[in-house]
Amino acid sequence: MAIDLTTDAEVTWCPGCPNSQILVAFRQAVTEFVEAGEMELHNIVAGAGVGCHGKISDYLEVNTFNSLHGRIVPTLTGIKLGNPNLNVVGFSGDGDSFSEGFNHITHAARSNTDITVFLHNNQVFALTTGQATTTSPKGFKGGTTPYGSVNEPVNPALIMLAMGATFVARTFAADITKTKEIMKAAMQHKGFAFVDIIQPCITFFDTREYYKDRVYWLDGKHRKGNIDSAFKVVRGATEDRVPLGILYQAEQPTFEENILPR
Amino acid sequence: MDAGSSTIRTIAIGGAAGDGVREAGINFSELLNELGYRTFSSFDYPSLIRGGHNYSRISYSTDVVRADYRELDVLVAVNAESVLVHKEALKEGARVFVETAYLDRLEDCGVDLIPIPMKAFAEEAGAPQVARTSSAFGAYGYTLGIPLDRLKEMADKVFANVGSEMNMKLVEKGYAHMKKEGHAQDECNLPEEPGVIPDVHDGNRAVAMGLMAAGLEAYVGYPMTPSTSTLQYLAKVGKDRGLFTVHPEDEIAVLNMALGLAFAGKRTAVGTANGGVALMQETLSLAGVSEVPCVILESMRMGPATGVATHTSQGDLQFTIHVAHGEFPRFVVAPGDVEECFECAADAMNIAWKYQMPAIILSDKHLSESYMSVNIDEGSKGPDLGKRAEVTGKEYKRYEITEDGVSPLAFPGTPDTMVKGTSYEHNEEGEATEDPVAVKAMQDKRFRKLNGLYADFEWFPTVKTYGDLDADAAVVFWGSTKGAMLEAYKQLKKPVKLVQVLWMEPFDAERVKTELEGMRVIVDVEANHTAQLAAVIREKTSIEITNKVLKYDAQPFTPTDLANEVNKYL
Repeated sequence: MAIDLTTDAEVTWCPGCPNSQILVAFRQAVTEFVEAGEMELHNIVAGAGVGCHGKISDYLEVNTFNSLHGRIVPTLTGIKLGNPNLNVVGFSGDGDSFSEGFNHITHAARSNTDITVFLHNNQVFALTTGQATTTSPKGFKGGTTPYGSVNEPVNPALIMLAMGATFVARTFAADITKTKEIMKAAMQHKGFAFVDIIQPCITFFDTREYYKDRVYWLDGKHRKGNIDSAFKVVRGATEDRVPLGILYQAEQPTFEENILPR
Repeated sequence: MDAGSSTIRTIAIGGAAGDGVREAGINFSELLNELGYRTFSSFDYPSLIRGGHNYSRISYSTDVVRADYRELDVLVAVNAESVLVHKEALKEGARVFVETAYLDRLEDCGVDLIPIPMKAFAEEAGAPQVARTSSAFGAYGYTLGIPLDRLKEMADKVFANVGSEMNMKLVEKGYAHMKKEGHAQDECNLPEEPGVIPDVHDGNRAVAMGLMAAGLEAYVGYPMTPSTSTLQYLAKVGKDRGLFTVHPEDEIAVLNMALGLAFAGKRTAVGTANGGVALMQETLSLAGVSEVPCVILESMRMGPATGVATHTSQGDLQFTIHVAHGEFPRFVVAPGDVEECFECAADAMNIAWKYQMPAIILSDKHLSESYMSVNIDEGSKGPDLGKRAEVTGKEYKRYEITEDGVSPLAFPGTPDTMVKGTSYEHNEEGEATEDPVAVKAMQDKRFRKLNGLYADFEWFPTVKTYGDLDADAAVVFWGSTKGAMLEAYKQLKKPVKLVQVLWMEPFDAERVKTELEGMRVIVDVEANHTAQLAAVIREKTSIEITNKVLKYDAQPFTPTDLANEVNKYL
């Protein structure tokens, strides 16, 4: 039976926005899981924060919870604790989890709660019409930093590795097939899975051309089970080369296993 | 001393933080309950870990005691400072048991002292120093003329979990010491053989019991005085009661996590102080719009900001009925004693699920952390599961517009059914909307839930009255002030009706109006600076109360002082 994951809600992202590519990749991932009998649709819950990315919950015919700005991660942890049979994923943004909600995503990684976070990383507050986030490059000129931002950007994958995430990956929204594959791997991972999705904002910070020339996919030589290798690859990312793929994966007891009565 | 409190005796146990003064207060209370008395005990402590001055104060009587009195019959001074701090409160003929080691320092204090070598006794008995006050209990029991065997029997029961052997030894040592020193003994005048020995619980424990009675499955909290003991108690007993606790990174995470749990179907509560609720308020608003049931224990301490961190206040009534942005219905209940903590907590959980709205149990330090003799029947409250979805599948709409405003609940994981919750204003499916008609319709739906609560006024104690119900004078109060007010009543000069308001939101205006209208005099009693209940009453009933007894020194009311203040207006 073909499944339809669209809703009646009108898609209000800018025409051509890579958010639509992320939406398509996720629908494909879910469809493949369900059609292969690996997951039941009603056992998938997709949360979202607030920002352009958050609109995705209206466009998905799955269980959703659209939380406050910055607060989706503890909500996801609660949902997973509430019913461990659910596959719990969350969409968040660089403003939503690395500016406002930084305290939550770092602790969720540390706890190894069994959820997946897809970071729509466009390096800008877009829904509020263009201001610098924690991942914007230094010197970013936006509404609140007309003469250029003064802080160095954070590297989300590096933070997640440092906080103990057991699955860390990066992908590029335009590569829908690869993004879908990484999403599936993240959702199948037991423990905290983090996927940094480079998602250029075509209206306020168009980095499509910039990244097209710089991203590269890690090959089979990368030892994703080795934390030192992961740190090396993630730290070694320069403006010239941005590694994509599964950067790190390990198995550890999850928060739910530790907290819930057996 | 006033006649009204003649049958009530009060014991203070004072010492430094770390001396086990709190535990001693609970133990003395339990011992007195075993002897057939009823107790009320409070614990006063500064915000530090070692040193400072701590004291437990226990009032006891053969009748119910609802507050501890300031005037002392007995003082157990573990250190010298305790004598100096409390000597003004000693009644004539008060017995002051003091650690022998401090006699020199208290030579000129002007108080008759009964030295007990508590430290040395503890060493001899091989007991930790925190247990040393057990010898003072033996000494006090001696002066009351209670047979040693009876005292030891009590100690055996009360200390069963922490080492009854050594505590029985300490009781015996204190008793023998008094006998050896030739101290006088009263004629033994114990209550008749007690039937059911009451339990000794504080408000925070009773809230936990009420939540559990109403089907609590998960409790989330971040430590903040005076709410912490509920989290710690549930963390300890949860495993045996089929529930679990979580202590996340901050209060904001606490409430968001709780909403996640409840969205997934778990009956969940959180606990914090007023400052924690301030942090949670955006998420409280999310609970309002997303209609995810949530229960919050809010225990007030004195603000603003960090304030007087370990002391009491009723300064957040207005804050609590208004906290969070936007307009949405909520339930706020303010229990006044330990038993009401149990009942109101259970009611709050059930109302949260029946109406899918936030429910707040408003407590305060004095209520949360004071111990009272109670008989709580845990089976007297049960869970109300609320309106569950009968129709699932493609037809299911999480925010279906209904006549009573309550949309049937389903949870993620229901076959063929999509459940969508959201912080945005939304349509019936749970998708964001800005359509004016849909926006208005969804708000109307949410506010229709209040009609159900208005109808519930009839079935719940929204307001309670005590005293002389035909009197032409009334005193109105709320929360923990109930205890001191009901005790103070015994010392009022004229007939008075006492009116306690429990339901703060929604507010039973008709009932309050009925109780207060036509009174010759009305006195408002609150532990805050701005008479917040009086303001609510004026807003909701147009009755203006000008006689106010307000206390905002971070200390709870005490019965005799409160009676004196109220008498001025009668």
